[in-house]
Amino acid sequence: MSSEHRLANKNLANATPIMQIDNIVKEFSGVRVLHKVTIDIFPGEVLGVLGENGAGKSTLLKILCGIYQKTSGSISFAGNKVEIDGPASAKALGISMIPQEFNLINTLNVFENIFLGSERSQGLFLDKNAMRAKTLQLLEELQTKLDPDALISTLSVAQKQMVEIAKALVSDVRVLIMDEPTTVLTEHEVKILFALVERLKARGVTLVFISHKLKEVKQLCDRLVILRDGYLISVDEVNDIDEQDMARKMVGRELNQIYPPKVSCAAETVLKVSNLNIKGQLQDINFKLHKGEILGFAGLIGAGRTETAEALMGLREVDSCTVQVKGREVAIKSVADAVACKMAYLSEDRQGKGLVMNFDIVKNISLISLAKYVKRLIQGKLETEQAQHYVDLFDIKAASINSELINLSGGNQQKVYLAKWMDTEPEILILDEPTRGIDVNTKKEIYHFINAMTKTGMSVIVISSELDELIGLASRVLVMREGKIVGELQGDDINDQEIMYYAAGLKQDLSKSA
Amino acid sequence: MSIQTKIITPPPQSPFSKLARFAWGTYAPLIALLVLVIFSAIASEHFLIPRNLTNVLRQVSYTGIIALGMTFVIIAGGIDLSVGSMVALVGVLCVMLLNWFGDGWYAVAMAIAAAVAIGALLGALNGLIITRGKVASFIATLATMSILRSLTLYVSDAGEVVSHNQLFPEIGGGYFLSIPIPVWVFGVLAIISHILLKHTAFGRHVCAVGCNATVASYSAIKVRWVYFMTFVIAGAMVGISAVMLSSRLNSVSPGDAGLFYELDAIAAVVIGGTALAGGRGTIFGTVIGVIILGIINNMLNLLGVSPYLQGTVKGLVILVAVLAQFKGDR
Repeated sequence: MSSEHRLANKNLANATPIMQIDNIVKEFSGVRVLHKVTIDIFPGEVLGVLGENGAGKSTLLKILCGIYQKTSGSISFAGNKVEIDGPASAKALGISMIPQEFNLINTLNVFENIFLGSERSQGLFLDKNAMRAKTLQLLEELQTKLDPDALISTLSVAQKQMVEIAKALVSDVRVLIMDEPTTVLTEHEVKILFALVERLKARGVTLVFISHKLKEVKQLCDRLVILRDGYLISVDEVNDIDEQDMARKMVGRELNQIYPPKVSCAAETVLKVSNLNIKGQLQDINFKLHKGEILGFAGLIGAGRTETAEALMGLREVDSCTVQVKGREVAIKSVADAVACKMAYLSEDRQGKGLVMNFDIVKNISLISLAKYVKRLIQGKLETEQAQHYVDLFDIKAASINSELINLSGGNQQKVYLAKWMDTEPEILILDEPTRGIDVNTKKEIYHFINAMTKTGMSVIVISSELDELIGLASRVLVMREGKIVGELQGDDINDQEIMYYAAGLKQDLSKSA
Repeated sequence: MSIQTKIITPPPQSPFSKLARFAWGTYAPLIALLVLVIFSAIASEHFLIPRNLTNVLRQVSYTGIIALGMTFVIIAGGIDLSVGSMVALVGVLCVMLLNWFGDGWYAVAMAIAAAVAIGALLGALNGLIITRGKVASFIATLATMSILRSLTLYVSDAGEVVSHNQLFPEIGGGYFLSIPIPVWVFGVLAIISHILLKHTAFGRHVCAVGCNATVASYSAIKVRWVYFMTFVIAGAMVGISAVMLSSRLNSVSPGDAGLFYELDAIAAVVIGGTALAGGRGTIFGTVIGVIILGIINNMLNLLGVSPYLQGTVKGLVILVAVLAQFKGDR
């Protein structure tokens, strides 16, 4: 693949690009995540950026809006070379990004958020009326009915997204980047968003749209950029490429290369959850996990999958819940209880909930199972030997076994996290987004490890928002939506379409939600 | 399309740069102490006289013992402002109990045991307010600082409380192998504290809670219990310090006993390299920090610097220590 991959666009061949991204390279502590990416962006187009998780989409766009700094390469804006050294300089150029996780202040109201950092004032005082009026006008333009004085904390996710868009418009945006805007929206809300994109386009705004939903991209975008493992794979007119091509270019390899063959599981039930309820979060969750099974949990963000896992681990107060581990009813009130039941849970928030970032590898691995290494005092030698065993087993790459976790890459951190829980010798392993932000090789290693463990009789629950992962890994998938289990899929039924139908509420297995 | 997925390993960092950074963080307080000792030895001929050195060590042992407990609290992410007032209250109660128990070693032993127990109990009170009442430690101990000082004045009628026991002064004023007993106590407690912090599960949990309490609770650590216990340890240390202090003087004056000890203890902990945000720190560093503060006081006296300026110097040293810490973090 040559790094020179500038494709002329048929319709825009004579137009001057608004942005020229030239040979951008980005490295994180020596690991290259973007390899000489070159793209032209033309004014008034909707450019789709496709790629798997970890392909470098978000990294690239975070460089454009100044959140990350590029390692090398250059960026031109409207024909002039620019250095985007922070969000402020991106904003000055008219580049805005709507992040996946919104940057809104919950305790302020709509107009205060929209004008945050660019407040209008009259003399010494804020000109609230002017800001309110402008907000109303913007919201009207967006065809959104919202009270400018409503507190952000009272808004729905879709409404918050509208506020983010209004916030971008108030500062005369020229390039608007949206990072997977539809993942948090219902289908109806997605339609509204798409209509909005058309209106923004009509206003001359250039849109860059990140997604991994092929259908949406096909419907919305003019041109498509596909990234894989940090490389630019192709730039295509949307009419020149079909969904199969997109998928092939995104994945670039057969799925069976990365996922181990599925193993059939025993009939023995190791975990039976019944009648799990948390008011406002979970409603009547019932399921079984078999010995040696990999059970997938699918669903959109906020469907209640993490809540279910945390409730099982004693991390959340439940209104009702009956848990049987290997046929014996157990009361799990704390993580310690769950550990005693041989259960393990790797949170999706590796750094915030999983690992002590300024402890070294040894201390992180032994944190839960520390009692094993205590004979009056901690036996440092024993502890280090065991940690070394895991470092070898998982091929954890670090300068030393005494390196603090903060100096490890995401993939290696995840391996340490896995080792930490494996050291408690669990029989039931719950993995919440086990490969988020991890390179493809580490993913593969983790998948094969999970598979190997199930052969020894461990049962695994995988919660994932990556459909590929569930399809490739799980022998059975439960789909959750709005705090309920709405579908159960097995065998060939485990595919993108079926999962999304259930997750988006187009299909519902009533026997599951009864 | 022939993109191959390459395994990209980060280039190995120069081991030397790593070592240099590591060494700086750990040994900076020790280096500072050595520089200070050399400077002091040159600046004043009286500094290295054994009598002066043992005096410095004795003077620092009272706040030093408190600083050991404070190290646990700060590493776990808290702070205890009430220790100064607590020293006064425990000291007053200790002497009153001693007088009530009467004469002889039995009375002394009982009074000491009671003092340590009262200290631990007051610490537990702080801990309960903070962990059960969910009050920030700064605010909770600010309140108990005021309460304990006022109770001290109340139980003693604001008058000096004098011990009638002939043996009591032996504890704080005595020597063993020509080293003052409070220094021995400080040394032994420092070793115990070090072992507790570095080589037990409890110590590991204290660090984990201070680094990230959420991670700790997701790792089956009883976060509130650990946090609570650090305040109990701080209280018990205050109890021991109060015994040493009151027996040295054979009396306690409720108004100014332990005044500003919380600041000296916190300063010593910070100078010793413990992060005020919690998560990392060593007992070794705290001991060094305590001695640095003691030597600075001693030198200012020996050099005839106005006592009014001593606070300025102490403040500057704290600032330098904290600035150096932040530099290290970056």
